[in-house]
Amino acid sequence: MKSIVKVFAGALLASTVMTGASLAQTKEVQMLHWWTSGGEAAALNVLKQDLAKEGYGWKDVPVAGGGGDAAMTALKAMVAAGNYPTASQMLGYTVLDYAEAGVMGDLTETAKKEGWDKVVPAPLQKFSVYKGKWVAAPVNVHSVNWLWINKAVMDKIGGTEPKTFDDFVALLDKAKKAGVIPLALGGQSWQEATMFDSIVLSTGGADFYKKAFNDLDEASLKSDTMKKAFDNLGKLKAYVDPNYSGRDWNLATAMVIKGDALVQVMGDWAKGEFVAAKKAPGTDFLCYRFPGTDGTVIYNSDMFGMFNVPADRRAAQAALATATLSKSFQSAFNVVKGSVPARTDVPDTAFDACGKKGIADLKSASEKNTLFGSLAQGYGAPPAVANAYKDVVTKFVHDQIKTSDEAVKQLVKAIADAK
Amino acid sequence: MTITTLPDRVAAQAGATRPVSLRERLQDLLPKIVLAPSFVAVIVFVYGFILWTVYLSFTNSKTFPNYNLTGTRAYERLWGWTFESDPPSSWYTSITNLGTFGVLYIGLCMALGLLLAILLDQKIRGEGILRPIYLYPMALSFIVTGVAWKWFLDPGLGLEKTLHAWGWESFHFDWIKNKDRVIYTVVIAGVWQASGFVMAMFLAGLRGIDSEIMKAAQIDGATTVQLYRRIVIPMLRPIFLSAFIVLAHMAIKSYDLVVALTSGGPGGSAWLPSNFMYEYTFKRNEMAVGSASAVIMLMTISAIIVPYLYSELREKGR
Repeated sequence: MKSIVKVFAGALLASTVMTGASLAQTKEVQMLHWWTSGGEAAALNVLKQDLAKEGYGWKDVPVAGGGGDAAMTALKAMVAAGNYPTASQMLGYTVLDYAEAGVMGDLTETAKKEGWDKVVPAPLQKFSVYKGKWVAAPVNVHSVNWLWINKAVMDKIGGTEPKTFDDFVALLDKAKKAGVIPLALGGQSWQEATMFDSIVLSTGGADFYKKAFNDLDEASLKSDTMKKAFDNLGKLKAYVDPNYSGRDWNLATAMVIKGDALVQVMGDWAKGEFVAAKKAPGTDFLCYRFPGTDGTVIYNSDMFGMFNVPADRRAAQAALATATLSKSFQSAFNVVKGSVPARTDVPDTAFDACGKKGIADLKSASEKNTLFGSLAQGYGAPPAVANAYKDVVTKFVHDQIKTSDEAVKQLVKAIADAK
Repeated sequence: MTITTLPDRVAAQAGATRPVSLRERLQDLLPKIVLAPSFVAVIVFVYGFILWTVYLSFTNSKTFPNYNLTGTRAYERLWGWTFESDPPSSWYTSITNLGTFGVLYIGLCMALGLLLAILLDQKIRGEGILRPIYLYPMALSFIVTGVAWKWFLDPGLGLEKTLHAWGWESFHFDWIKNKDRVIYTVVIAGVWQASGFVMAMFLAGLRGIDSEIMKAAQIDGATTVQLYRRIVIPMLRPIFLSAFIVLAHMAIKSYDLVVALTSGGPGGSAWLPSNFMYEYTFKRNEMAVGSASAVIMLMTISAIIVPYLYSELREKGR
């Protein structure tokens, strides 16, 4: 008799614990992300507070190791075990890979209610909508084709905004003569390829970029224009300091901030470093589009991929998605992050000069269909192709591939291999 | 299950001839019961996953595992990358780097370790302080070693800059930025970390040698060099085996050192096969190619270690 009572008591206890657990789960979002550094974490707090107002808790999914790679490995394991987070920070083709595997949720209802179709640029929707269903909420749009210039150095050498690639080379020459490092580059494959994205756009123009790096059209990849782009990359290589190889991107940015170097070609996340160093656009540093690419935007975007969670957790998920694409969060987050909002109707009042230009550029590029995914950042083609491309660019920069003829040949081969 | 039932049956058979007390049976079973969980864990998590990886290498797995066998395409691609080409493929770079790194790392660690052990074994004063000084690098993780050496070897930060500041302007050491030399910097950092550990192993071996033998040799008129070359070093043979096995597996699994020290090197020129495997499996979503490279790595290790173990163990058995 005693033992029966014990069993009952145990079962009762277990059931209360279980309902408690599931209650907690339905009222919270489980979030996998790697925005843990100062500014980013602070920006995410805005989202946490927005959700708290509606009564939803926030739980970070712990990731050992910090960076995006570790997070993606952790996500793979969670999904394989059937233990989906409410949402995860994701990039480009990863969202589509997971959608194809059938583990993504469906946000279409929320999207309709909020009118995302009209305000989120169409190229972004290629990654956030899978087979007509919204599966991810874009958080921001980064753009890659920027120059970041130290204004004091620029004034000292008497430079002006370069409008063409030749202007740019002339400007770098001036800096070299004045004894500053002209071009701050981090010699890691993704940074080199990010710069090459801009060079290809500048050399071949918008249509060429799209054909070569989004459609992977072989004729464009092996064209003389691509050869010329590699030649141009070769030209820029002459303006880096001998110690560039392996340098992290933020150290390269620091060289520009300190005035050791004139210019860095980098995505708009570099602005975050300037802002963190208490520098103001226009007075301390200048942001120009990469010469010859004004009016076109090469982008990448952070997204919150939404997973196919059980029905009782969907309300929290919808609340997260709504809050993510709300104008207030989009503005607050992107002011800090250096990127621009993922919807084109967010007022630009809170942004600095570079941010305002970024927002205007995104809007016009989106209207003129000159908004293209960055191949180096994994928005031009699936990861296998993107990495094959980075291999070729980095081998060219580091003299393992010696001529642009050879580089083009290798590029065509590597991309065909990886497709 | 078989692990526990089999001894039961044996015990039962034994019981038919002679009554066995419960205590005796328990004593007999206890080691097996205690070992069973770790045995199962090893079977599943080591050998099970080896088989799983082999299976995946014959599929067309991309981002996620895919269980449709599609033949040997992953191996064909690897084979296509196995030979020298211009520019070298990442796989070719990885395997030639492993050759260079493995030979130098194991060789230098053993040579330095043995030398240090012999010097420390001369009954010098302060051995108790010197020994841990040499041994402690081993207590650092590869990441720490890698980052520290990255700063030290960086021409703009470390050794070169310091010597320039001290007035030696012509000093030039930029191997870590040089695509043909960068793998040697990985060797330097690796040897720095592990040679103290090898030294400790050899030192233990040296202390285990019977001093009577040494005295006998000295009485017979052997010089110190002869003593070490003909008597001591041959007697350390089992230590060489242990050191080799420890170092060989550390060389093959070196991944973090390359990442922390060189982030892959200029143009990926410092990659080892483990970097290749991780890149292809997790970053490029080509799980089949990654698995195939892992299988090739396993076969390479087996090809070196198995014959060596076999010959050593057979000799011992004789």
